[in-house]
Amino acid sequence: MTDSTISIARLFPDLLGTYGDGGNGLILQKRLQWRGLPAELIDVPSGEPIPESCDLYLLGGGEDAPQIEAARCLGHDGPLHRAVERGAVVLAVCAGMQILGHSFPDAEGKSVDGLGLLDCETVKSDEPRAVGELLVDPLDDGVAAGLPVLTGFENHGGRTRPGPTAIPLGVVRAGVGNGDGTEGVTNQLGAGKVIGTYLHGPLLARNPALADRLLSWVIGDPAAFHPIDDREAELLRADRLRAIAHGRTDGVVHRTWKDRLLRRN
Amino acid sequence: MAATATRRERRRLRAWSRLALAAGRTVAGASRLAHLGTGSVIGGKLALSLDHGLLRELAAGRDLAIVSGTNGKTTTTHLLAAALSTLGPVATNSLGANMPPGLVAALGNDRDAPRAALEVDERWVPRVLEQTGPATVVLLNLSRDQLDRSHEVRKIAQTWHEALAHLPVERVVANADDPLVAWAATAVTRNPRATSRASKLNGNTTTDPDHQTRTDRARHRTVPISLDAIETDPRVIWVSGGGNWTLDATGCPECAGRIAFATGGWHCLSCSFQRPEPEWCLQADSPSASTTSPAYAAHHIPTSEYWPLTLSLPGRVNASNATMVLAAATAMGAEPAAACRAMGAITSVAGRYKVATIDGLSVRMLLAKNPAGWQEAIELVAPPPTPCIAAINARIADGRDPSWLWDVPFERLRGRLVVATGERRHDLAVRLAYADVEHVIADSLTDAVHAAASTFDRREGFIPRVDLIANYTAFQDYLDEVGRDD
Repeated sequence: MTDSTISIARLFPDLLGTYGDGGNGLILQKRLQWRGLPAELIDVPSGEPIPESCDLYLLGGGEDAPQIEAARCLGHDGPLHRAVERGAVVLAVCAGMQILGHSFPDAEGKSVDGLGLLDCETVKSDEPRAVGELLVDPLDDGVAAGLPVLTGFENHGGRTRPGPTAIPLGVVRAGVGNGDGTEGVTNQLGAGKVIGTYLHGPLLARNPALADRLLSWVIGDPAAFHPIDDREAELLRADRLRAIAHGRTDGVVHRTWKDRLLRRN
Repeated sequence: MAATATRRERRRLRAWSRLALAAGRTVAGASRLAHLGTGSVIGGKLALSLDHGLLRELAAGRDLAIVSGTNGKTTTTHLLAAALSTLGPVATNSLGANMPPGLVAALGNDRDAPRAALEVDERWVPRVLEQTGPATVVLLNLSRDQLDRSHEVRKIAQTWHEALAHLPVERVVANADDPLVAWAATAVTRNPRATSRASKLNGNTTTDPDHQTRTDRARHRTVPISLDAIETDPRVIWVSGGGNWTLDATGCPECAGRIAFATGGWHCLSCSFQRPEPEWCLQADSPSASTTSPAYAAHHIPTSEYWPLTLSLPGRVNASNATMVLAAATAMGAEPAAACRAMGAITSVAGRYKVATIDGLSVRMLLAKNPAGWQEAIELVAPPPTPCIAAINARIADGRDPSWLWDVPFERLRGRLVVATGERRHDLAVRLAYADVEHVIADSLTDAVHAAASTFDRREGFIPRVDLIANYTAFQDYLDEVGRDD
């Protein structure tokens, strides 16, 4: 590994790898490699030491018990805090975001301490689980300012309350998000940035512009950023936007009376 | 391997149960006439709503095997029904209706069969066992499936464990290579009721069953796993079928420590839980000069006997299913050589592995519903440069979030053209792009077949068979298109 190699760490894929968010790591790596920039993807299983020198850290979604175990492994004032202070970028999805807040609920709704890297707390909700397409307009003064609408799939029981210093990722156009009309929580901490969101899909597969925004923070050289052919991602985005426009936010299409009777979808 | 194949006098059903069954059959028939399908679910539902005890009554007195797991249930049940049919008639839910209504329909349609091989949805195993009484329980594997619907495979392992710890069980045939399955099966050794089928049938339960159940439940949490007990308990038959999906079992189900996988086994780094020594083992010989695929055999370790598995169904995964079946069928009294012959005659299973001709191209249809299933299916496809077709839907039955595509090792398809189709073909196309797999997008099955066929020069005469891998509702739609009869 040379000094110019960008390193991307996927934290605890064994605990936080249930929802396909690991794809975000592959996407970041490929978008660097396609541009001729060396990149390495490091999987850090739970129980192993977290390297402090990576450029990007990724946390994904997971179930209740593994989520608590992941929070325990990360620890307070641990290596992730130091990496962010130094300038690393963290992208945390769903359970990953909840862990990085001040607190999150366990399966019974009891509050568990989070890492405090994001100014938010997540609580258990009496409302039904938020499951479906999620569409988010980036905030004009947020980390995703100027990017096209963010699309993804949400699947969470908790509701997240951003704190006074928190800047959400965006405003919900369709779906639930944090539960108060906003979606995601972001934070500038030292030289680093932390982004939390409920968008699965994976997020960066559906929003390549956001992937490049994250990379621009660690590369710092826009000249290195020749465009990538994202026409297939555009087709995917158009397909998902069409599904929402047709009220098919749950992704169900072509449901005939026969399907209904056979309970096929 | 004691044979308990004596045909018992079938108890006559109560009049009300007969009426419920007849009503169910009438509705099922009407459903078939209306071309809605086999009608077994709707008919079974009606029958069960009229008589809640119907499953118990229909199962009584039969030598029963139930098959469950995330992947391979339907195929394994077909193979098991074939293997058991060497002993006599077998009732089975061959079309995959695997919840109580489907089971009632299958048993109700075949009331005289002394044996039954039933596929059971993994979430229904405890409820079904409670109703049917002692059975041979074949547990295949557990992995993530349908992200947005059934949460946590661990919870399923937990319900199996609890059921096997307190319900009377004839025997468990378990995949020793899957830590979650193995852990669920060890519950049998914590089950103090060494309930044999005979004592259950004669009503020889000596203690109050409710009280017993309560104490069992309390007990099985506190008694540590004993490896000796696990490997010597005659009610558990361990089978090593191999398995290469480990992502869902990295945490130890016994102590929450970490499981370490190594060739030929696994063990927990924190407690004594490890892969039990198998009684049956799947063996693969390397391909010889004359064959392209390996030859498989089931090795029965205590007797050092090898049973060649000459299956018509392809791949290591089916050889593994067949090894599980051989273990179960021989324990139920079948003769191994005859069971192997019977399994060899199965060529397609409810459309799976069916070879259809679509616009002049022969297409083999593979079903894969989740990452572990796709990983197995990718191993089966014809080698490059033969193209293949992949189809993804994301309806409720598929799981509405296709993010799991990123857990599938599509990188292994490099070197050939992949045609992406299905309702979520764009999600698939993006995944294939990041896997560096050459691909095109097709809007329909016909277009997909044309795209695949266009890679061949038809003037050269020989056009190879193309593989189609589809997830659940896509597969069902295509079966409707090409015709369901095998």
